[in-house]
Amino acid sequence: MTKRVYADHSATTPLKKEVLDAMVPYLTENFGNASSIYLEGRESKKAIETAREQVAKAIGAQSNEIYFTGSGTEADNWAIKGVAYALAEKGKHIITSAVEHHAVLHTVKALEKEGFKVTYLPVDEYGMVSAEDVKNAITDETILITIMFANNEIGTIMPIEEIGKIAREKGIIFHTDAVQAVGMEEIDVEKMNIDLLSLTAHKFYGPKGIGALYIRKGVKIKRFIEGGAQEKNKRAGTENVAGIVGLGKAIELATTDIAGKKEKLSKLRDFYIKEVMERIPFTRLNGHPTKRMASNANISFEFIEGESLLLMLDMKGISASSGSACTSGSLDPSHVLLAIGLPHEIAHGSLRVTFGDSSTMEDAKYIADSLVEIVTRLRDMSPLYEDAVKSGRV
Amino acid sequence: MYSEKVMDHFTNPRNVGEIEDANAVGNVGNPKCGDIMKIYMKINDESEVIEEVKFKTFGCGAAVATSSMATEMVKGKTIEEALAVTNLAVAEALDGLPPVKMHCSNLAQEAIHSAIADYYNRKGIDPTGIVGCNGCCEACHGHHDEEEE
Ligand SMILES: Cc1ncc(COP(=O)(O)O)c(C=O)c1O
Repeated sequence: MTKRVYADHSATTPLKKEVLDAMVPYLTENFGNASSIYLEGRESKKAIETAREQVAKAIGAQSNEIYFTGSGTEADNWAIKGVAYALAEKGKHIITSAVEHHAVLHTVKALEKEGFKVTYLPVDEYGMVSAEDVKNAITDETILITIMFANNEIGTIMPIEEIGKIAREKGIIFHTDAVQAVGMEEIDVEKMNIDLLSLTAHKFYGPKGIGALYIRKGVKIKRFIEGGAQEKNKRAGTENVAGIVGLGKAIELATTDIAGKKEKLSKLRDFYIKEVMERIPFTRLNGHPTKRMASNANISFEFIEGESLLLMLDMKGISASSGSACTSGSLDPSHVLLAIGLPHEIAHGSLRVTFGDSSTMEDAKYIADSLVEIVTRLRDMSPLYEDAVKSGRV
Repeated sequence: MYSEKVMDHFTNPRNVGEIEDANAVGNVGNPKCGDIMKIYMKINDESEVIEEVKFKTFGCGAAVATSSMATEMVKGKTIEEALAVTNLAVAEALDGLPPVKMHCSNLAQEAIHSAIADYYNRKGIDPTGIVGCNGCCEACHGHHDEEEE
């Protein structure tokens, strides 16, 4: 088997050994239901509360403001629908951006069908939301602003602190989907005036299927899952104790040395971007040149299509992702790439490489070298490239 | 998700390239939808046999593989036989395509029809009756709004 180079850390990450070790006892001997009053139950309860403190500490919150969910998607759904339903009497207007994850976009779309009004703020060519635009979009009816912390496709980091300030001044609830940002950027919900924040463990070397929603004390929000009294009566269902323990451990590890991690990752990223852009003509870096996740390099290759690119990379042992239609399961390329103004044909040829803990300089070099070969091969096969050659563009 | 045959034709596509003195050229699809296929043929005017065929494709793995397979299936065939090659036959020859990729096989079929229409157009013959269309089919129409609900 050829060696594998995993370069899709924004899709998911492997579980860290320390995290697994922390989890195992809660899958085996400490199996108690946290709602039970006897010893086994109390042990589980204690473990959950420790994890809650770990999560709170990582984002500058109080532990009684952290609620565990089944995923980042659930946290987004809950934050948005929960506030919308709680405040519908007050107003029905929600502000979001055109580049949110589907967990947010499809949720607000569903609310639109129920009579809510949604403003989808455009972004600039780098995928950046303007805080000024947020301010101008606010009306007397606005009840919620939901803007992601960092974009999962192009890595652009949004002006969260500025938006938080505006929201606070106007007394509007501010939610941020920080699924990509946790462990990659410093987050402080106090300093940034964030009222609700979604996160998920599997993006920072924790297990899949466990997330959390931070809910600032005093924020009105409707219960999302009906049932038992777990999570202070706000999110029913027997707790995924091992998952919660894993989330707690993973977030603690992920947030201990953010600066060091950013330095390491941005070196790899910048080297990779430079190699690719210098050696392959007709490329374009998507996302912000500097205000971007240290792990993220999103590059479009003209005249070729992303899925073909991914298949060929896979054969060379490289795992990455693309915003092409063929990989999104629909016939349109990614809404994020279209929102930054890319023509369809260039959006189809995008490649997202996201580095992580295991990535090395050799990986970055190997991916760049492989791309030189693969892009040439696909362009030789491309009628668009042929046209460009004939018209003298190439 | 792709069959071994698809991967084989994607990895080692047959008949990639151009034919300088082609007498039939078809160009279908559009960059907006993410797939374009251009097909070149040399058709013998006497026997109406497709003696040479080459293609270039911009598109996903399935688009490349169906292009490759379709060119194999029409090479050495008469125009009439080539027109009888359906998108389903191409997909079957590849041991099937994932459902979301079936439209890629339309691309190949339409490219063949488009090239043959071009062949007749060049001769001043109206191809509509023979080919069934004038060769301006677009591979992805009708697929765009299926995404939700
Ligand atoms: C920005 C963003 N939000 C939400 C999610 C969904 O998180 P989960 O996979 O835990 O449902 C993801 C991950 O795919 C993401 O990148």
